[in-house]
Amino acid sequence: MSELLSEPFFELKGSLFPLSVIHSSDLSVAGLQAALQQKLDQAPGFFHQAAMVIQLTPDHQTVDFNALKQLFQQLKLVLVGVAGASTEQKQLAQAAGLAVLRLGQDSKPLAPAPGSSGEARVEQVPMHTKVVEQNIRSGQQIYAKGADLIVRGAVGAGAEVIADGNIHIYGTLRGKAIAGASGDSTKRIFCQNLQAELVSIAGHYWLSDSLQGDFWNKAACIRMQDDSIAIGEL
Amino acid sequence: MAKIIVVTSGKGGVGKTTSSAAIGTGLALSGHKTVIVDFDIGLRNLDLIMGCERRVVYDFVNVINGEANLKQTLIKDKRVENLFILPASQTRDKDALTKEGVEKVLNELAKDFEFIICDSPAGIEAGAMMALYFADEAVVVTNPEVSSVRDSDRILGMLSSKSRRAERNEDAIKEHLLLTRYNPERVAKGEMLSVEDVQEILAIPLIGVIPESQAVLNASNSGQPVTLDQESDAGQAYLDTVSRLLGNHVDFRFLTVEKKGLLKRIFGG
Repeated sequence: MSELLSEPFFELKGSLFPLSVIHSSDLSVAGLQAALQQKLDQAPGFFHQAAMVIQLTPDHQTVDFNALKQLFQQLKLVLVGVAGASTEQKQLAQAAGLAVLRLGQDSKPLAPAPGSSGEARVEQVPMHTKVVEQNIRSGQQIYAKGADLIVRGAVGAGAEVIADGNIHIYGTLRGKAIAGASGDSTKRIFCQNLQAELVSIAGHYWLSDSLQGDFWNKAACIRMQDDSIAIGEL
Repeated sequence: MAKIIVVTSGKGGVGKTTSSAAIGTGLALSGHKTVIVDFDIGLRNLDLIMGCERRVVYDFVNVINGEANLKQTLIKDKRVENLFILPASQTRDKDALTKEGVEKVLNELAKDFEFIICDSPAGIEAGAMMALYFADEAVVVTNPEVSSVRDSDRILGMLSSKSRRAERNEDAIKEHLLLTRYNPERVAKGEMLSVEDVQEILAIPLIGVIPESQAVLNASNSGQPVTLDQESDAGQAYLDTVSRLLGNHVDFRFLTVEKKGLLKRIFGG
């Protein structure tokens, strides 16, 4: 009996997922609809049923989360939660059935740009660098949030290195490397010896099967080229 | 100051208990007062390998719970001077070990012994974490095959992050790689990872290579630590390992295929 009961049928594990975070000074239904629709028109299909999070700031006074939820549903998007909520905003969001998420300290709220034309612009945020001095062992996970990641050792099979920026590995990459984790496809992965289980840039990924070839077991640079992963010499 | 050495691997069945017994015995043979502590609560094996299973009265958990003192519980080896065993409890499980309790027992042992060998259970759960938490040095026992190497890599990660030394930001645990069940013939045929392959992946210094040997099985079955069988290749390899642990430089042996002599070839080896 007890053996039957002890069989693992349920597990809770923490995982990291890339979520799109919306930064907008205007969170009215009409304002957001226009902005989102414009984005969707640029890349129809790409955002289909994509999970999204709204970044709140103290400037957002009254936000009708129920109405926003409906708007996302209409646009075939999934609003999963809010980030950076004040106590009041938190209550409202939770009442609307949204998750209240917390971003790390280094993510800055969008400053209201006086006199901006309202056009969507990608701000170039200066990247920090996280340096890891030793080998990363199987089962370990390193995330360089909003930063480049430099590993001075090897990344073992079953280990994961993740960065919003570029990843540099001065040893052998045997595990997984995920660069541009927040969606920036200009980021790259550099390693001294490529034997990876998986490489990913901005959500596009290749498994080790696809990596076999000229650069397997050699120094390599992995980047995005024409919407596809490309491997080249270091 | 006593040195606490954990013998660990992540994977089961690679030779942790055999190695704990052999290394502990070897240290005692070299004149160092040594105790081997069985951390495998509920799956007690060390007493069998050491051939003292009929002399177990009290155990580690009794000492932690204050039901017996160390003097009553420690089993003195009948063959080797300076060698003691602290047996695990067979009737309890790993949750019976608390950090405070283990620390108290280790502190008490440290007053009396030069070396405390902690024989870790397999896995990465509470029992194994408890065995490595207080360690100064670690012997990572690895077989030359991929799953064992990966599990050792995982345990190395734990050693550098989950130990007391890591939590207190002290010098890291000194890690040693011990390759067991090494078969140079199968390495030559490409059926087994070579010493170099394993070292390249794990990137820690090599302390010993124990050849695959019938002597190890015989030793386990008869309750004699293999280091006492000084005729055998495995016994000699373990003695070399102990010497290196003590800081001596010893060349590695048993790494290449032994060439069979003409007579052996004719009459069979």
